[in-house]
Amino acid sequence: MSLLSAHDLAVARAGVPVLEGVGFALAAGRALVLRGPNGIGKTTLLRTVAGLQPPLHGRVQAAPDAVAYAAHADGVKGTLSVTENLAFWASVFGTASVAAAIDRMNLRDLADRRAANLSAGQKRRLGLARLLVTGRPVWVMDEPTVSLDTASVQLFGDVVRDHLAAGGAALIATHIDLGLDADVLDLGRFRARPAAAGGIRSAFDEAFT
Amino acid sequence: MSIWEYANPKKFMQTSAFLLPWVTGLALIAMLVGLVWGFFFTPDADKFGATVKIIYLHVPAAMMAISAWTMMLVTSLIWLIRRHHVSALAAKAAAPIGLMFTVIGLVTGAIWGQPMWGTWWAWDPRLTAFLILALFYLGYIALWAAVENPDTAADLTSVLAIVGSVFAFLSRYAVLFWNQGLHQGASLSLDEQENVSDVYWLPLVVCIAGFVLLFVTLVLIRTRTEIRSRRLQALLTRERLA
Amino acid sequence: MIALLFRDLRLAVRAGGGFGLGLAFFLLVAVIVPLGVGPEPATLARIAPGILWVGALLSCLLSLDRIFALDFEDGSLDLLATSPLPMEGAVAVKALAHWLVTGLPLVLAAPVLGVLLNLPLPGYPWLVISLALGTPALSIIGAFGAALTVGLKRGGLLMSLLVLPLYMPTLIFGAEVVKRGAAGMTVATPLALLAAITAGALALLPFAAAAAIRVNLR
Repeated sequence: MSLLSAHDLAVARAGVPVLEGVGFALAAGRALVLRGPNGIGKTTLLRTVAGLQPPLHGRVQAAPDAVAYAAHADGVKGTLSVTENLAFWASVFGTASVAAAIDRMNLRDLADRRAANLSAGQKRRLGLARLLVTGRPVWVMDEPTVSLDTASVQLFGDVVRDHLAAGGAALIATHIDLGLDADVLDLGRFRARPAAAGGIRSAFDEAFT
Repeated sequence: MSIWEYANPKKFMQTSAFLLPWVTGLALIAMLVGLVWGFFFTPDADKFGATVKIIYLHVPAAMMAISAWTMMLVTSLIWLIRRHHVSALAAKAAAPIGLMFTVIGLVTGAIWGQPMWGTWWAWDPRLTAFLILALFYLGYIALWAAVENPDTAADLTSVLAIVGSVFAFLSRYAVLFWNQGLHQGASLSLDEQENVSDVYWLPLVVCIAGFVLLFVTLVLIRTRTEIRSRRLQALLTRERLA
Repeated sequence: MIALLFRDLRLAVRAGGGFGLGLAFFLLVAVIVPLGVGPEPATLARIAPGILWVGALLSCLLSLDRIFALDFEDGSLDLLATSPLPMEGAVAVKALAHWLVTGLPLVLAAPVLGVLLNLPLPGYPWLVISLALGTPALSIIGAFGAALTVGLKRGGLLMSLLVLPLYMPTLIFGAEVVKRGAAGMTVATPLALLAAITAGALALLPFAAAAAIRVNLR
C-alpha cells in the first residue's frame, strides 16, 4: 500500500500553471527523487503535496498525519538553543525525545549552543533533525543538502536510508546523489503546456475558451 | 439556466455590453430630472432657506456609500463560497466608487452643516460613522493594491470585507453611544407626518434612483475594465511562457 | 499549543525580541502629551482617560507585525501550517503570547502613567479593569491584521491602516469606562459592551486570521 500518491496532479505558481499530469506513488521503504531544471516547479509540487496550497487539478492522497515537510527555510529560531528548537517541534508533533535526533544528526556537541551561532551547514543539520522528531513516516524534502559538506551529506544519506528501512518513505527534490536506492521522477516531461496546445488553464482563463 | 451563468467572465462581458448604454442613459435621465426638479422646482424651506436643497446630493450619496459596502460584502461572500472571479472583481471595482460616495456625503454634509449648525465639522455620530466608513474603504482598497497575486488579493480582501462589516457596524453604534449628535434623524421613513413633505420627497426619490443607476453604471464599467486587465495579464503570461 | 506559547514568550523575552518596547512607547506617549498640551492639572485630568487608552492602543499596534512576520520569514510558519496544530489554535496562542508580553504590562503600568496624567482617583480601578478587558481584543484584532499582511514586504504601514479602524469600537468603549469611572458615574453599560467585543473577537477572529494565513502561505 502506498503512503503517498499523486494522481493527474497540476500545480500553479502565482496563478500560472507550471506542471500538469504528475502522477506517482510512494510505498513504504521507498524514496522518490524529483529532478528537473530550476523553475520547473519542484518547490511548488512539494508545497502542494504538503498541503500548503491546493492543486489546480487532480489530487494528492496521503495517509492521515503521515507527511512531514522540510522547506528551503529551516524555521530555526536564532535565539533558541539547538535543543530548545528541537524540543519545540517534538512537543508540537507530540513525540517524546529529542536526544536521539540530536545524536543521529551529530549535533551533540552543539546541543546547548544558540542556533544563531551555528554555521549554515550546522543549521541545516538542525533543520533536518526536525524531521526525525516529527515521528512521521513520509518525509517531503526540498533541497535538503544545500550548504551541507560531504561528510554531512553522507550522514544525511544514512539517516534517510535508516528511515526507509524502518518503513518510512521520502520524497526529495535534489540534484545530489544521496547514495539511495531511489526512483527518479524527471519533472521535465510534466511541464505545463500552453493553453492553446490543450494544456490546463487557470479558472479565470477557462471562461475565455 | 442559472443565474451563475452571468458569473462567467465572457458571458458577463456580453451581457454588460448590452446593458451598459441603457443603464447609463437611465442614470443620466434620472439624475438630471431629480436634481433639476429638486434644485429649481421645490420651494425654499421655512426655516432653512435654499440650503436644504443639498439633500438631493447628500442623502443619495450617503445611502450609496452604505449600499456600495453592502454590495462588496455580498460579492465577497459569493467569491469565497462559489469562487466566481467576476464577483471578486466587482467588489474590487465597487470600492473606489463607494469611497467617492462617502467623500461626497461628507463634503456635502460639511457644506450643509456650516449654515445649519455654524460649523464645518462636528463630531456628530453620523458624520463620525461615515468618516470611519471612509477609513474602512481606504484599508480595503490599499489591501487590494498591495497584494500582487489577484486570487490571493481577492481572498484577503473578502475576509477583510466580512470582518470589516462587523466592525463598521459596531463602530456605528459605538459612536452613537459616544456622542449623541446634532444630526437630524432619517428623513425618509414612511411616516410622512413627521418627515419631509411630498414636495421634497418625490424629487429625492428620483435622485436616489439616479444615484443607484449611476452606481450600477460605474460598477459595470469598472468591472469590465478589471476583467479586461485580468485577461490581459493572463494573455501576457501565456505569451511569456510560450 | 502550550509549547508554542512558551516558545513565543521565550523568543519575546530573549535578546532581540523587542519585549518592553511597547511599554517604553506607552511611557513616551504619557510624557509627550503633557509637554504638548500644557501642565494644567484640570486639562490633563480631563483628557487622561482618552490619552491612556490611545497610548495603550498605539503601543499594542507597534509590536503587531512581530506576531507572524518573523515566523513567516524564517519558514516556521510553513512548518507550523503542516504540523498537527490547527492554525486557528496557533493564531489564538500567538495572540495570547502577544498579549502577555505587550497587553499585560500595559495594564500593570497604566496606573503609574495615570499619576503622570493626573487621572482622578476614582478612575484608577476602572482604568486597570477596562485595559485588562480590552487589551486582549486589541491583540486578537491585531493578530488578524498581521495575518492579512503577513506575506507583504513593508506590510507594517498597511497593517496600521487596516487595524486602526477595527480598533475603534474597543477604544470608544474602553475610554468611556475610564471617563465615566473617573467622573464617578456608573460604568456598567460601556464595560459590558467592551467585554462583549473582546469575547466576540476572541471567539471569531482566530478563524478569520487562520483563513488569511492559509491564503498567504499558498
